[in-house]
Amino acid sequence: MRTGIIVFPGTWSDRDCAHAVGEILGQRTRYVDHREERLDDLDLVILPGGFSYGDYLRCGAIARFAPVMEAVTDFANRGGLVLGICNGFQILQEARLLPGALLRNASCEFRCEWVNLRVEQSESAFTLDSRPGQVLRIPISHGEGNFFADPQTLEAIERNGQVVFRYCAQDGRVTAESNPNGSLSNIAGIANARGNVVGMMPHPERACEDLLGGTDGLAVFRSAIHALARVAA
Amino acid sequence: MIYRAEVFVTLKPVVNDPAGLTIKGGLHALGFDSVTDVRAGKYLVVTLEADDGDQARSRVEEMTRQLLANAVIEDFRIELQPVSEPIAVGEPAE
Repeated sequence: MRTGIIVFPGTWSDRDCAHAVGEILGQRTRYVDHREERLDDLDLVILPGGFSYGDYLRCGAIARFAPVMEAVTDFANRGGLVLGICNGFQILQEARLLPGALLRNASCEFRCEWVNLRVEQSESAFTLDSRPGQVLRIPISHGEGNFFADPQTLEAIERNGQVVFRYCAQDGRVTAESNPNGSLSNIAGIANARGNVVGMMPHPERACEDLLGGTDGLAVFRSAIHALARVAA
Repeated sequence: MIYRAEVFVTLKPVVNDPAGLTIKGGLHALGFDSVTDVRAGKYLVVTLEADDGDQARSRVEEMTRQLLANAVIEDFRIELQPVSEPIAVGEPAE
């Protein structure tokens, strides 16, 4: 598996992602410059967190028009695996590869803390290794992760099983207290209808080593490795 | 012709606005109890060249749809004004 990690001006989690996928999981990785136009050599594309283009105008709004995004769209439309983390999630929504939008946190605070995520379905390429109802402990770090979609869109993504992760309590109960940012229905991550594109606000790449406080994030990347192995088989 | 477009981008009424709610709380704290709602938005001034007002407006609408506003969560309104008046033909130079 070869993983491309897209680097926009202002991206900051690119090295963390390369460390998790390359060093810890032993996969081949390369950084993809935002001006590149070809992703043919890749099996998995990660849009990491950060503040691309300073978050000016709206988070992800400018990055969405970077040359590489046309290639990312083609890659996704061909069924390639795409994971957007935090700012990467915001970019995928601006690019209309994922539905909805991420608003300012309801608290108006930047929240940097560990959260619990309930895996809602194990069909997406990034949750194959998890079972529905499993609770993953992964940190968040964002000011604008308040998931919003209009009622029809929300109903559709719920009905299609596109909700991948929900903020929950330690025991898996989805409660208002466990929602760190005001997201509708505690939504922390969603997939497209096909399940090959996933966006999530929490940072799995920061939960891949005991030294950093937990390894639950590995399940997200391992799932992608297994999804690709399944396609190849 | 040069035109100046003022673009007002606001969150749709159905979208929750934490910044607006916080500002409302601040106004209440100052004693402005009559305030029932505050919505925060963006104000952009775009200066551009165009053949006429219609062309300028349609360009600004297009750029707003593509980039300046996100139709999932935002509405917009555009106010357009020519910056320089056309030079009158045949007027003697001073």
